[in-house]
Amino acid sequence: MYNEPTKKEEVTTAMRTIAAERIRDTVAELCIRANRQLPDDIVKAIEAAGQEESWPTAKYTLEILQENMALAKERELPVCQDTGMACVFLELGQDVHVEGDLNEAIHEGVRRGYGEGYLRKSIVEDPLRRINTEDNTPAAITVHIVPGEVLKITVAPKGFGSENMSRLAMLKPADGVEGVKNFVYETVKIAGPNPCPPIVLGIGIGGSFDKVAALAKQALLRPLDQPNPDPYYAALEKELLEGINDLGIGPQGFGGKTTALGVSIETMATHVAGLPVAVNVSCHVTRRASAEL
Amino acid sequence: MEYRLTTPVTKEDLAPLRAGDTVILSGIVYTARDAAHKRMMERLDKGEKLPFDLEGSAIYYVGPTPEKPGEIIGSAGPTTSGRMDAYSPRLLDLGQPIMIGKGKRNGEVKEAIRRNGAVYLAAVGGAGALMAASVQSVEIICWDDLGCEAVRKMEVKDFPLTVVIDSEGNDLYEQGPAEYKKSN
Repeated sequence: MYNEPTKKEEVTTAMRTIAAERIRDTVAELCIRANRQLPDDIVKAIEAAGQEESWPTAKYTLEILQENMALAKERELPVCQDTGMACVFLELGQDVHVEGDLNEAIHEGVRRGYGEGYLRKSIVEDPLRRINTEDNTPAAITVHIVPGEVLKITVAPKGFGSENMSRLAMLKPADGVEGVKNFVYETVKIAGPNPCPPIVLGIGIGGSFDKVAALAKQALLRPLDQPNPDPYYAALEKELLEGINDLGIGPQGFGGKTTALGVSIETMATHVAGLPVAVNVSCHVTRRASAEL
Repeated sequence: MEYRLTTPVTKEDLAPLRAGDTVILSGIVYTARDAAHKRMMERLDKGEKLPFDLEGSAIYYVGPTPEKPGEIIGSAGPTTSGRMDAYSPRLLDLGQPIMIGKGKRNGEVKEAIRRNGAVYLAAVGGAGALMAASVQSVEIICWDDLGCEAVRKMEVKDFPLTVVIDSEGNDLYEQGPAEYKKSN
C-alpha cells in the first residue's frame, strides 16, 4: 500500500512592502501637523475647562490658550515655540517589510518636517558637550511589533519645560496605591507653574526601571476621552485628576481649578519586590499626530 | 490693575506694580536663554561690555521658531525662567529691572528683585503664536551661532504680561493658588 508523504504545512511568506521614502514623507508631514494643530481631545478639554472655571484669572488664561490655538491654526504657526524633541512611535505590523533604512527614513522625515515647517531646532548632539544638530535630529524612536500588515506612525513632539518636571520612583510594594497617589501629587506640586499648566499626566506603574518610564510616555499618547479599559485604573485616573485639580495651582500656576486636563495610566506586570512608578508631565500643548500606512 | 509701560523703564515705573497685575509692555526687549546668559557672564568676568545696555532693559527668556518667508518671527512664547536663576541676580545688580519668562524663581533671585526694585513678569507659557503677534521687529544682535538662543533685539507693542514677583517680593505663584483655595 502506498502512502502519500504527508504534506508539510505551507508557510506563507507574503509580506507587504512599504518604501522607506513613504515613511520619511509621512513623518515630515506629521511633525508639521502635530506642531500646528492640537489633537481634538486636548482642544475639547481646554474648551470644557474654560467653561467650568469660575476663578477669573484662570478663565481668562484658558481663553488666551484658545485664542492662541486658533491663531496658530489660522496663520500656520507652531502652537508653542518649543516644538520639542521628535518622539516617534511605530506600531509595526509583523507582516510589513520596509524597503530601505527605517531608522534613517524617520530621522530624514524629522529633518525635513522641522526644516520645511519652520519648526525650532532644539536638539543637541551630546548631552554634556551640547552642540545643536541644527535639524532637530535624531528622533527618539520607539517601535512596537504588532500583528498584521499595517504600519502606524505617531509623532508626539515633546517640549522640555514639562519634560523636565517628570519624575520616577521605585516604591516599595507596601507603599501600595496610596504611595503612588502621593508620588503623583508631590510631582505636580514640585512642578507648580513650570510645566505650563493645565498639564496632562502620563503615568506608568509596574514593569522595571526602564519600562515604567516608557509606560508613562506611552500613556500620553492615549486621547483624554479614552479612560484606561480596566475599571480599577479608570477610577484611579479619575480620582487623581480630581485630586490634582483640588491643589489650586491653576492655569499657568496663577491659581484656579484647572491644574490638569487629564491623567492616563498604563501598567504592566512587575517583580514581587517592586512598585515602580513614573510620571511623565506634559503641558497644555500635548501634541500627537498619527497616520497609518 | 493694568499698567502700560514702555522700555527703558525706571524703578519708579515699577514700584507700584503688584503680583497679579497686568502689564502691557511696549518698546525694546532683548531675548536671552541659558546659553546667552552664560556668555554674558563670561564677558562680565573678562571685564568686557555686554551686547546691550542693561539699564532700564527687559530681558525676555525666549527661543522663537524660525520665521516663515515674509514674516517677522515664528512662535515666541516664554521658556522656563528657573534655568536663568544662576545668572539673574548679577544682571539685576548691574541695572536690569525687568525679567520676562514663566515658572518659579529661587530665593536668591527674589532677594535680588527686592534689593534692586526689579520685577519678574510672566508671558503666557505655551501661547507662542499669540505672544509673537505683539512683535513688531526682530534683529539678531549677538551670538548668531546660538541659533534660536542668539540674542535678539525685539520691538514689541502691547505685549500682554502678568506680574509674578513684584519689587516687594510678593509672588503670584504663592498668592494666586492660596487665594483661590481660600475662596473655595
